Amino acid sequence: MAGKPKLHYTCGRGKMESIRWLLAAAGVEFEEQFIETNEHLEKLRNGGSLLFQQVPLVEIDGMKMVQTRAILNYIAGKYNLYGKDLKERAWIDMYVEGTTDLMGMIMQLPLQSAEMREKNLALIIERAKTRYFPVYEKALKDHGHDYLVGNKFSWADIQLLEAILMVEECKPDILSAFPQLQAFKGRISNIPTIKKFLQPGSQRKPPADDKYIANRGKCCLTSVRFHFPQLLLKYL
Amino acid sequence: MSGKPRLHYVNARGRMEPIRWLLAAAGVEVYGDLLFQQVPMVEIDGMKMVQTRAILSYIAGKYNLYGKDLKERALIDMYVEGLADLNELITSNFFQPADKKEEHLATVMDKATTRYFPVYEKVLKGHGQDFLVGNKLSRADVQLLEIILLVEESKPDILAKFPLLQSFKAKTSNIPNIKKFLQPGSQRKLPIQEKDIPRLMQIFH
Repeated sequence: MAGKPKLHYTCGRGKMESIRWLLAAAGVEFEEQFIETNEHLEKLRNGGSLLFQQVPLVEIDGMKMVQTRAILNYIAGKYNLYGKDLKERAWIDMYVEGTTDLMGMIMQLPLQSAEMREKNLALIIERAKTRYFPVYEKALKDHGHDYLVGNKFSWADIQLLEAILMVEECKPDILSAFPQLQAFKGRISNIPTIKKFLQPGSQRKPPADDKYIANRGKCCLTSVRFHFPQLLLKYL
Repeated sequence: MSGKPRLHYVNARGRMEPIRWLLAAAGVEVYGDLLFQQVPMVEIDGMKMVQTRAILSYIAGKYNLYGKDLKERALIDMYVEGLADLNELITSNFFQPADKKEEHLATVMDKATTRYFPVYEKVLKGHGQDFLVGNKLSRADVQLLEIILLVEESKPDILAKFPLLQSFKAKTSNIPNIKKFLQPGSQRKLPIQEKDIPRLMQIFH
């Protein structure tokens, strides 16, 4: 069955955002169906589309895929963004798991009280600076290549850029001590498919924070505020 | 240095346990110690691997427990991620406050019987084969058995309504490598005991 992949999720980042990034970077056009009410979600569940009653759901190549990592693995494999052999795959997996952990921490922030948010934000910044970014900085420095693994563009590069931008939203100068990552960010942002995704009007979603909600961005705003925390809590 | 993979972790189940299961199922001998770094850490094929999922994927790929193509892999990944979610729910019970534990456990058991186990029962019923994917042993089968046994430790009759999972459990337990792993003296770890929790909290906090 030909046709574009179809993404089912709320109109927000959450667990779907990394999937949007990967598809966009691979140059794959995709459609989105936004879940804005509990009724819509129940309908998906009752229709048997959700293997574990949860979203994200991505309809792709005749499959109704659920589980974020399963979906990401499939897309990376299909579009040759997963290394050339088992060992390169292993490195990509390790790098991706690191950025997933870091972004996962940031995703929780909008759901927390102001006090917890401040505490966790400080923790995220500390972790980024001392646990995560040094790993990628060193990897790039050691081999001197443009990309993290195998001297070739891969899923690891896409997700690292996503993570960098997400942390910068918390602290704009986070890369000040990481010259390799600064150069990396410049390079990867300029890859045509990614450059396009970074422009306004793309399917990239804004952060779900108070500032965004106050400014009333483009799509289904009140739903994001009401449903996103509920859905995130359920489906995380 | 021997060629056997070397596992670094605390002497407990936790995030290393699925890795022990998969290596055992693949018939790979390991040796381990109590050294603690960023854990789990597995020294294998000249790499110092961290991140549970990365390690499991590498072992599964290396020992042909990951399906024959992208689509089989996709199914295996979906099944495995569901099991990882259930595993997370179960192990989180140990870290619940004492007055919330029982209620939390009841919720977890409910999820096991209404959200997770029905999926695997249905898959087995649908194709009538012994294994979840591609009529061949894969990491999904190994991890399903691991989780079934884990849940049974809390509720021994959890499979009462799942006849196919019962026969799956019996058949898979009899696979020689797995049978060996299930015997006393293997590297399989015991359930986390109440008394271990302070020590584990101290290490992981």
